[in-house]
Amino acid sequence: MTATVNFAQRALTFARLLRRAGVKTTTGQAMDFVRAIEHIDIGSRTELREAARACLITHKDDIPVFEQLFDAFWRAKPEYADGSLQSGQPEDAIRLAPEDGDEGEDEGDGDGRTLEGIQGRRLGLVESLEETEGEESEEGDGSEVFSYSAAEVLRQKDFADLTEEELQQTRHLMEQLTWQIGQRRSRRKVASPKGRFIDPRRTMRRSLQTGGVPLTIARRQTKTKPRQLVVICDVSGSMDRYSRILLQFIYAVENGMAKVEAFVFGTRLTRITRLLKHRSIDEAMERVAREVQDWSGGTRIGQSLQTFNTQWARRVLRNGAVVLIISDGWDRGDPELLGREMARLQRSSYRLIWLNPLLGSPRYEPLTRGMQAALPYIDDFMPVHNLASLEALAKHLCTIDDCRPVRRQHPVLPAPAPGNRAA
Amino acid sequence: MTTTITINSVDDVQQAMAQHRYVCEKSLATAVYLGLKLPKPLLLEGEAGVGKTEVAKVLSAMLETDLIRLQCYEGLDVSHAVYEWNYPRQMLAIRLLEDHQVGWDVAMHEIFSEEFLIERPLLQAIRHQGKPPVLLIDEIDRADEEFEAFLLELLSDFQITIPEIGTIRAKHPPYVIITSNRTRELHDALKRRCLYHWIDYPSLEKEFQILKVKLPGISERLALQVARFIQALRREDLYKLPGVAETLDWAAALLALNQQELSLEIASATLGAILKHQEDVQFVRKRKLEELVSTAVAED
Repeated sequence: MTATVNFAQRALTFARLLRRAGVKTTTGQAMDFVRAIEHIDIGSRTELREAARACLITHKDDIPVFEQLFDAFWRAKPEYADGSLQSGQPEDAIRLAPEDGDEGEDEGDGDGRTLEGIQGRRLGLVESLEETEGEESEEGDGSEVFSYSAAEVLRQKDFADLTEEELQQTRHLMEQLTWQIGQRRSRRKVASPKGRFIDPRRTMRRSLQTGGVPLTIARRQTKTKPRQLVVICDVSGSMDRYSRILLQFIYAVENGMAKVEAFVFGTRLTRITRLLKHRSIDEAMERVAREVQDWSGGTRIGQSLQTFNTQWARRVLRNGAVVLIISDGWDRGDPELLGREMARLQRSSYRLIWLNPLLGSPRYEPLTRGMQAALPYIDDFMPVHNLASLEALAKHLCTIDDCRPVRRQHPVLPAPAPGNRAA
Repeated sequence: MTTTITINSVDDVQQAMAQHRYVCEKSLATAVYLGLKLPKPLLLEGEAGVGKTEVAKVLSAMLETDLIRLQCYEGLDVSHAVYEWNYPRQMLAIRLLEDHQVGWDVAMHEIFSEEFLIERPLLQAIRHQGKPPVLLIDEIDRADEEFEAFLLELLSDFQITIPEIGTIRAKHPPYVIITSNRTRELHDALKRRCLYHWIDYPSLEKEFQILKVKLPGISERLALQVARFIQALRREDLYKLPGVAETLDWAAALLALNQQELSLEIASATLGAILKHQEDVQFVRKRKLEELVSTAVAED
C-alpha cells in the first residue's frame, strides 16, 4: 500500500514539475493521473508515459517538454517497494523538484539550474516571470501633465525620431486608443423583438397566455461578433526603428480588444499571441524578444507568408478575419513566391491591409521588388509611422462592416517581370 | 467476431481495436483505456483524415453499444443539440384540448410532456437505456465558444435541465469522444475536463499495416509502394498534406483501376485522390512526381 502512496506522491511531484516548466496542468488533472495509476501497469515505463501524457497534457505544443521532463524524472525505476522513498525524497527527482512544501516559487536559482539544463529557455522564462509577477507601474511620471499642443506634435512625429521619453508618452497615448473592429454576422441567433426569424419556442410559450393563439410572434435575429484580427509584423533589420513601438501597438490592440492573433517574422515566422498575453507590457516585450530568434536580421516575406498560409491560416483565419501585415516591403526572397502567397492570403482573408511605415514620407514610392509583387493583392495600403496614422487605422478598422470589399480579380499566378513598372 | 470482450488492460483495447480493423499504437490505446476506466471524455486532436472519428465508431462496435453522433457547426444551439419541442403537434393539441373543455393547468401539463419532446443527440445520450452508449462530439472546433461553454456543464454532471420537465440525469454516463481538427484552439476549461491525445500521421510501417487491414485485396507490393509514396509526399511543402483517409482512397482507386504497381502515368492521373488543392496538384505533378514515384518503387 505504501508503495502506491509513494508512487502517487511521485506522480504529484511530476505534475508540479510540469507546471513549473510552463505546462498548464491543473490539480484535477494531477489527481486523474494518480487515479489512472491504479489502472495501469506501473512497472511498464511506456504505459506510465502514455497514461501521464493522456492525463496531464492538453496542448500538442507541450508534448516535447513533457517528453523531456518525463525522461528526466522517471529516469531510474524507483525502488518504492522497500519504503526507502517514504520521506518523499526520491533521489533522482529531488534535484529537479524541491519538496519544500510546494513553495518553489521564491527561491529563484539554486535548484532551478538543474532543471534549466533540461528545460533551458522556457524555464528561465518561467522564473523571470515569477520574479516580476508583482506590481509595476512606471507611467504617471508626468505623462498626464504634458499639454495639448505637445500631444499634437507627438501625434505627428515619426516613430523613428522619438526620444526615449516620447516613446513612453506615445505608449501611454496608444493605450488610450479604442480598437473596435467591424462585426460579422455569426450563425447564432439571439432573441430580438424586431428580428428576421421567428422564434417558435418563445412564440409557443407566449401563445399559452392567450389561449393557445399566437397573437404575438417572438422573433430572433443573427448575433454579430467582432471579426478576428491577425497581425503579421516584420521585425527584420530594416524595420528596426519601428518594430519595437509596433509591437507595443500590437500589445495595446490585444489588450483593448478581444481577439488578436499576432505573428512576427524576419527570416521565419513566429507566433507571439501567447507571449503577449501578459499583464505587464514590459514583461510581454521581454518574452517576445527572448523567443523570437531572427530579430533584426534579413527578411524573407514570401517564405514567412508561405509558412503562415500552410501552418496557421486554417487555424486563425476563420470566419472572415482581417489581416494586417506590417512591413516596409524590403524583401530578400523570391518576389514570385511573395506574389503567390499574397494572392492566397488575400483569398482566405476578409480584408488584407498592408501597413508600411515608409508610406508616411511624402516622397515614398512602393518601388521595391517585394512591394511591387505584393501590391496587387492588398485591399488597403496605409502608413503606420506616427500616432496619427494609428488613429486613422483604428477608425478604418471600425468601418469594416459586413459587406465585401470591391476587389479586382487577379490571375492566380502573377506574371510581370520585376523591372516592369509601367503599369 | 462477436465474442464479448472484457477490457482489463491497455493490450485488450489494442487487440479489440485491431479486431475491428483499426490499427492503433499503444499511446492511443492507453488513452482510450483510461477514458473507459476513469471514466473521462477523450479529446482527440489531429489533422484531417487521421482516423479520429473512426476511433468512436470502432469503440462502439467494440463495446457493442450504440454510437450517438453530434456533428458540430457554428451556431449549434440547444434546440439542435439537446432537445426541441414539436411545435406543430403542440398547436394541434391545444386545438383538440379546447374542444374537450380541459382545464388550463392540465392542458399546459399535456403540451409540455415528453410526448412532444424531440430528442437531439445529447439528450439521447443522457436518456439512453441499457449499456452506456458512445457519444461522439465531432469537430468541436467548428462550433462556437457558446456551445463549448454549454458542453462544459454537460460533461461535468451528465445532466440536462428542461424547464418544463425537470432535470434528467444519465443513469449510465456515456463514453464521450470529442474530436477536433484544431482549426482553432479550444478553451482550456474544456480541455481540462478531458483526456487528451494527439493523433499524428502514421509511420511507414503503420500506414502499411492500415492499408493491408483496410483493403484486404491489396498486394503487399502495392501497399508498400503506396505507403512509401505518401510518406515521401508528406515531407513536401504542401498546403494540405494527405491524411490516412486519402491514402486509403488512393489505394482503393488504384485497385479499381487494376493496378498491381505504381507507375508515373497512373499516379499522375489519380493525384486528385490525395491532393485537393490546385496549387498542390500542380506543384507535385510538375516538379516532384517522378522523384516520388521512383522512391516509392525503388528496390523492394
